[in-house]
Amino acid sequence: MRLEPIAAPSPARRIVPPLLALLATFAVATLLALIAGGYPFAVFGLIVKGAFGSKFALLETLNSATPLIFTGLAIAVAFRAKLWNIGAEAQLYAGAVLTVVLGTGALGLPAYLMLPLCAIAAMFAGATLLLGPALLKTRLGVDEVVTTLLFNFIFLLFVSYLLEGPLKDPMGMGWPKSARLLPEARLPRLVEGLRLHWGFGLALIAALLVWVINTRTTLGYEMRAVGQNAEAAGFAGIPVTKVILKTALLSGGLAGLAGFSEVSGLKGALTLDLSPGFGYTGIVVAMLALLHPLGVVVAALFVAAIFVGADSMSRAAGVPSYIADIMLASALLFMVLAILLTKFRVRRD
Amino acid sequence: MNNTTKAQVVLRLQGITKRFGPVTANEGVSFDLHRGEVIALLGENGAGKTTLMNILFGQYTADEGSVELFGQTLPPGAPRAALDAGVGMVHQHFTLADNLTVWENIVLGVDPLTAPRLKPAQAKARIRALSDQFHLKVDPNAKVGRLTVGERQRVEILKALYRDAKILILDEPTAVLTPQEAEALFATLREAIATGLSVIFISHKLHEVMAISHRVVVLRHGKLAAERATNQTNREDLAALMVGTEVSAPSIETAAPGAPLLSLRRVTTPDQGAAPGLKSLNLELAAGQIIGLAGVSGNGQAALSDLLSGLITPASGEMQLNGTEVQRWTPRTAIAKGIARIPEDRHKTGTIADFDLTENAILETYASRFSRRGWMNWAKARAFTKDLINTYDVRCPGPDIRIRLLSGGNMQKLILGRVLEEAPQIILANQPVRGLDIGAVNYVHGALAKARDRGAAVLLISEDLDEIMQLSDVIHVISEGRLSPGFGRGTMRPEDLGAWMAGHGFDAGAPNAA
Repeated sequence: MRLEPIAAPSPARRIVPPLLALLATFAVATLLALIAGGYPFAVFGLIVKGAFGSKFALLETLNSATPLIFTGLAIAVAFRAKLWNIGAEAQLYAGAVLTVVLGTGALGLPAYLMLPLCAIAAMFAGATLLLGPALLKTRLGVDEVVTTLLFNFIFLLFVSYLLEGPLKDPMGMGWPKSARLLPEARLPRLVEGLRLHWGFGLALIAALLVWVINTRTTLGYEMRAVGQNAEAAGFAGIPVTKVILKTALLSGGLAGLAGFSEVSGLKGALTLDLSPGFGYTGIVVAMLALLHPLGVVVAALFVAAIFVGADSMSRAAGVPSYIADIMLASALLFMVLAILLTKFRVRRD
Repeated sequence: MNNTTKAQVVLRLQGITKRFGPVTANEGVSFDLHRGEVIALLGENGAGKTTLMNILFGQYTADEGSVELFGQTLPPGAPRAALDAGVGMVHQHFTLADNLTVWENIVLGVDPLTAPRLKPAQAKARIRALSDQFHLKVDPNAKVGRLTVGERQRVEILKALYRDAKILILDEPTAVLTPQEAEALFATLREAIATGLSVIFISHKLHEVMAISHRVVVLRHGKLAAERATNQTNREDLAALMVGTEVSAPSIETAAPGAPLLSLRRVTTPDQGAAPGLKSLNLELAAGQIIGLAGVSGNGQAALSDLLSGLITPASGEMQLNGTEVQRWTPRTAIAKGIARIPEDRHKTGTIADFDLTENAILETYASRFSRRGWMNWAKARAFTKDLINTYDVRCPGPDIRIRLLSGGNMQKLILGRVLEEAPQIILANQPVRGLDIGAVNYVHGALAKARDRGAAVLLISEDLDEIMQLSDVIHVISEGRLSPGFGRGTMRPEDLGAWMAGHGFDAGAPNAA
């Protein structure tokens, strides 16, 4: 068997495989629910109910989607330019660390200055973290997949050190936890009385901005050109190295914002469990969104809904919430396969 | 040629039809190949030669028709079957592993992977015997990565012979050879047919077809346009059959050169992998002149092209544009200084396949002409592209389709338009008509001649000696990164240039060294 490229795929070619991928995902989940002893439709119903069934559930889903939108955008921006940033996790923590450094008393500023400053600092931190691997890639040809991936572990250990040492909350009863942010450094709620913080609003704005950058600016054009064919881009005079570095700054900055939004909007302090792998899940989100910035919002909501819904389903039906991880993993695999099938047809020899 | 009509039919193609969507690549093609016969398969690019061979080889499945090998019908779409039945193919682009030796490459894939162990001595002895018999001189122990192009081709042929091929298919075998090397290849082929092999020789070079084949099969637009015994036809006849009408190439008059626009003095550049860099090269491009650069591929053409494109800078020596030494040399400065660059590989270097025509048309000028303060002006870019499409006769549904859907000729016209719209002073045309049909070839050549007539300096790099001799006011030959003196239009015969291409005459004391 081999794959034969299709020059001009028909509309059906483009729509049917992704739909089949969704169906296949549910088929796998059904099987798993049966094995775990639940009734499949009851399980799906509970997941949907757990994710969207009440105002509380819906807001919980939106809150959970927020960091995924940021990391998903970070990945989408980088992958589009073929910069394989696997380090969004570390960049997220870097953003959170700088937010905490500035927001716990180092600066005494009103909220309208404090919040933008913290946000910019978080972006700066995330961007700086990715700049290193990007420079190693452009200068020495070091594979950024390896450097960014491995740096995640180094940076998490560094955060662990900070939380046991310089950043440790003196009032924290010995827990590895930073001091709480000043009220001026906390993101307000989007609507008073509802448990949804402004981080979600920022995420939507960020998605819109990335979309505008991609389609309307020279930088977006350059990033797409470099990603699609760096040789042709370089030949045409596009400064490939500079574009890769700019992409790294944008991508790292977006991941840093995820850390800012989580600390300032949701948690109020930095702990080692701030992110349960948002940096990695961002890759799933970006791939499901086909690297489209507005698609990232949809994909992040989809992923968050499955996580939140599965948690509540697990409590109600006694089916382990690991089913959510498997659903996501199979959704990603099927979707990657489906995307392949929109561009190629299978030929048997 | 004697008695081929009575000789055994080894291959019979019958009514082969193959469609790709709305495009018919082959339509009802039938012919026979006899034992000990050379058939030349002649046709323009896109005439369906490669598709036909891919069907014969089982890479594609024919929609209609059948392939018979030695009287047995070949199961469709089974590459292994053709191979096992004794068909060997030498592709235009070699399929050898550079880091393995010659004998390893040859036995690769012959013995099953599960065979207990290879028997090198036996294999090498057999290779030596074959290489003696067919005059294919090559050392079985040499690493393929170190061989010249001509030697690699010999390895490919040996590979086929080692597998007891009865039918040899050669796809444009002389494209990468000097005239002398091509002559040696023909000697080998004559030896091969004497022992009963049959050969299909794919080419669009008429003089080769006349020299080596017994019969000529001409394909045009996927159909069998004609089948001729070689000794009953001539080049003019074949050219007309191939193109459908009499060929009319643009006639190019000699022009008087103007002021020098670009000069290289003792320029040296680093080697690029196996390809040599420039070796203390002197070259002057003058206004209103086409300079042709002939040479076997991989002799420094890439280095010279990269240098003028702004991709590399001289390691030593001087490079002057309009009398001033160049500073900070990049593709962008090259474009800004009025150098139009038509790259060798339009798919990989010249265009971005999944970008639409507009995005491709502004690739070199988006920063200076189609954006302001970081914002793109897509309306202006689209209007510009529409103009380009009209002016340069790019056949396409519109500026919003992906460029990968265009034919090579139309893609090249867009590139041509993109660079010529800037009214360039200097034009670097690297293999500008490779893979184009004759209409597009004439268009591109006409555009280059027109640019010269309005005062541009043109550097034409090509492996096709006919193209070089037809267009160039002055011809240089490049070999191993060294440049021959310039030869005026009509002063050299192809054989003389061939000697230079093979590397003769470059040493100090050559009679007409510059």
